[in-house]
Amino acid sequence: MSHRYLPVTEKDKQEMLDVIGIKDVSELFSDIPEEVRFKGDLNIEPAKDEYSLMRELTRISNKNITSATHSSFLGAGVYDHYIPAVVDSLISRSEFYTAYTPYQPEVSQGELQAIFEFQTLISELTGLPIANSSMYDGPTAFAEGATMAAGATRKKKVVVSGAVHPQTLEVIKTYTHAQNIEVVVADVDGTTTDLKHLEELADEDTAAVMVQYPNFFGSIEDLEAIEKIAHKHKGLFIVNSNPLAISLLTPPGEFGADIVTGDTQVFGIPAQFGGPHCGYFAATKKLMRRMPGRLVGQTQDDDGNRGFVLTLQAREQHIRREKATSNICSNQALNALASSIAMSALGKYGVVEMAENNIQNAHYAKEAFKSAGFEVLGDMNFNEFVVKLNKDVTEINDELYDDGFIGGYDLGLNFDEFKNHMLIAVTELRSKDEIDAFVERLGAYNG
Amino acid sequence: MAKKGSSPLIFERSIEDRYAYSLPKLEIEKQDLSNLLDDKFIRKEKAELPEISELDLIRHYTELSNKNWGIDTGFYPLGSCTMKYNPKINEQVARLTGFATSHPLQNEKAIQGSLEITYRLQESLKEITGMDEISLQSAAGAQGEWTALIMIKAFHEANGDHQRTEVIVPDSAHGTNPASATVAGFKAVTVKSNENGTVDIEDLKRVVSDKTAAIMLTNPNTLGLFEKDILEIRDIVHGAGGKLYYDGANLNAIMAKVRPGDMGFDAVHLNLHKTFTGPHGGGGPGSGPIGVKADLAEFLPKPHVKKEGDTYKLDNDIPNSVGRVKPYFGNFGIYLRAYTYIKTMGPEGLKKVSEDAVLNANYIMRRLEGAYHLPFSQHCKHEFVLSGVNQKKEGARTLDVAKRLLDYGYHPPTIYFPLNVEEGLMIEPTETESKETLDGFVDALLNIDKEIKEDLDLVLEAPHNTVIGRLDETQAARHPVLRFEREDIVDEKK
Repeated sequence: MSHRYLPVTEKDKQEMLDVIGIKDVSELFSDIPEEVRFKGDLNIEPAKDEYSLMRELTRISNKNITSATHSSFLGAGVYDHYIPAVVDSLISRSEFYTAYTPYQPEVSQGELQAIFEFQTLISELTGLPIANSSMYDGPTAFAEGATMAAGATRKKKVVVSGAVHPQTLEVIKTYTHAQNIEVVVADVDGTTTDLKHLEELADEDTAAVMVQYPNFFGSIEDLEAIEKIAHKHKGLFIVNSNPLAISLLTPPGEFGADIVTGDTQVFGIPAQFGGPHCGYFAATKKLMRRMPGRLVGQTQDDDGNRGFVLTLQAREQHIRREKATSNICSNQALNALASSIAMSALGKYGVVEMAENNIQNAHYAKEAFKSAGFEVLGDMNFNEFVVKLNKDVTEINDELYDDGFIGGYDLGLNFDEFKNHMLIAVTELRSKDEIDAFVERLGAYNG
Repeated sequence: MAKKGSSPLIFERSIEDRYAYSLPKLEIEKQDLSNLLDDKFIRKEKAELPEISELDLIRHYTELSNKNWGIDTGFYPLGSCTMKYNPKINEQVARLTGFATSHPLQNEKAIQGSLEITYRLQESLKEITGMDEISLQSAAGAQGEWTALIMIKAFHEANGDHQRTEVIVPDSAHGTNPASATVAGFKAVTVKSNENGTVDIEDLKRVVSDKTAAIMLTNPNTLGLFEKDILEIRDIVHGAGGKLYYDGANLNAIMAKVRPGDMGFDAVHLNLHKTFTGPHGGGGPGSGPIGVKADLAEFLPKPHVKKEGDTYKLDNDIPNSVGRVKPYFGNFGIYLRAYTYIKTMGPEGLKKVSEDAVLNANYIMRRLEGAYHLPFSQHCKHEFVLSGVNQKKEGARTLDVAKRLLDYGYHPPTIYFPLNVEEGLMIEPTETESKETLDGFVDALLNIDKEIKEDLDLVLEAPHNTVIGRLDETQAARHPVLRFEREDIVDEKK
């Protein structure tokens, strides 16, 4: 044996070569044209033993500044939330994490039932009847909403709020460009979508109106008004939502959204440098057969036992090939499981308590900034808000690291009108002392 | 131990007033919500999430896990999926606090550790694939395919070749290839396979034209056969001005044996969750980096990670970039595991991986041929496809053989794929399986062949030992039930 993962011994190899009827393994590669065969060894780093490798990687990991070493006031799409200990314990069960997609239902009932439960949880939170088994992340789910709307309405334009996450907008543009779908962006007025401009842009050719709720600036968009704009010309209404926020805020489904997408990172998934997180995708019954991704349905076996299977697969790439509704195959199943466990641990009341603690803490911080003389933008917020500073945010953040803080997001990186503005997130994990100290330090640097 | 029959849903275990969480106490003075939000934005009816105690929650998911089959449970020879051992050190590394809690939108000085891993993996994958640049942004294989295709589209458009609207895909290709071509805005055109199971060169000459944007190839292909005419294919497609795209699903067969970049491929995606041991997680998350030759590099997704002295930096200066395909930096947690694996194996290890994967596959193939029909008799690479036509004549279809394998304690191979083999059984053992495991599996398949002749019903009624019998998939599709409804609510609606 040459490596602990490779059990074939020299003796095994000889016996196997005899059965195959060849003398040397190289004969199995003789069909590779001589002139392109790779000779010698790959020029990559040499193998390390388990202990030394763990030490090296631990050393590299410690170069990062994270929410574990510092008090974090950074969100902007990725949040520092409470993760119940049960989550990692359960997703570490190898029957879950070393399984493939549940193609053989008789030996995959655990995963299939877990996905069915995830679909139900998302349906409950969003207020829409159908949810799929997951997407890569919130932004790509939102972008697939745009392409699905174009297919459903046979229209080639989407109107997107300028108050969506800037990286989400970039992803939407990439997805739609490939399919010749036009993207027009509505202005931001203060910290919410300029509804007048949105209404001007949405017309007969509009496949969908797309907004984020709460939006990138942490503000709560008026979905009641936007629904009317979206549906006026028979386009679809697509909302990208933080699923924690809508356990407490009126869910988009109740405001008449046709598609609701978002990211369940807020439930049981660590930041992990931005991925893997977990997208969700919910829709009305009417759109069921246009859904991207895998769906799990309930059925029964010959003895009448309830069981679960992958269903409506005629939408998917492995059956429909070039006519599929999307090319997605691998999704984020293990992360969907993590989120299901976190949502179930919190439960009906815990999820609302957690959401409310975010609103309350953020409100306290907002008032503290105002009292300290800062200009704070936006009135109704979830757990994020915008503060105007006198100096460059990225430079101030560099100083804050030395005081043990991860400062908020530098909005000037994406928005000219928000130069020197910081987007500050205050989750349920921040203590009063941390908030007070952060306001004090920021005041000191701001001058 | 797995219980037979159905398990209650977590919603059916819910009992009012139970919970399994412990939130930090709110330390500030609580405001009335109505002072913070307009009434219309305050949710009136709570979402019906379950109410359950911590132990009952643990037991629920433990019961579900017992009804699931993973690589750690037993042999999982699912063709085209590379179900190899998922090393435990990978899981420990991914959970290191410094990586797990790293926020992607910080100043560069705060993310040096994460950027270092990203950079080092880019460099390793360049060498393994023979490509000039790597982007780790794509979330999975399908997204990688699509990313590389929109880059190829941008390349042709930059050259004024707007007529290049077709992507050639072999009839044996995975369904994702034509689906990705469509969502990238191309028309998928099929090229036939010949009697040896590889691309029919004459048919390729027929379908290639000045409309060709690219050909998508898996090599070895989905039959596990090496496209030995690859250099001729390269010359035909390049000669017509098209690009060669390499689907990395089967890279496990050829590491350190031949590199896509050396075979003439211009773009490649890898499935780090296959070849490089990212766990499949019951369907994801994956990681699908792409690699390209220098002439496509200006179209890479933004941002790219580079090294200046001892510092790692984000490079946003890619003027012709196709844009962003995913927020932040891709599925870092998965490619971190892949990097750990590469460092565990080293150059000699990776070469041995491919040698043993191919040896294992050929060994099983030779032991099974005869009892099962082998449509293509040349040496295979890391996987091979049998046809169940002999068994079908005796009255059992491939689906029945697969279900009977479950009774023997093996996960079935991929079945009915690729589409150009009747009653196909696609078997990929991987290099991490021992000879004893392979022999046990072969013996089971040979036994099932006997059972078909001696006791057909035993096979047709399989599986007998699983927690649940064959499920009615037609009913599931005809009357979709996609979420749980509480019975009292269902009754009210009636």
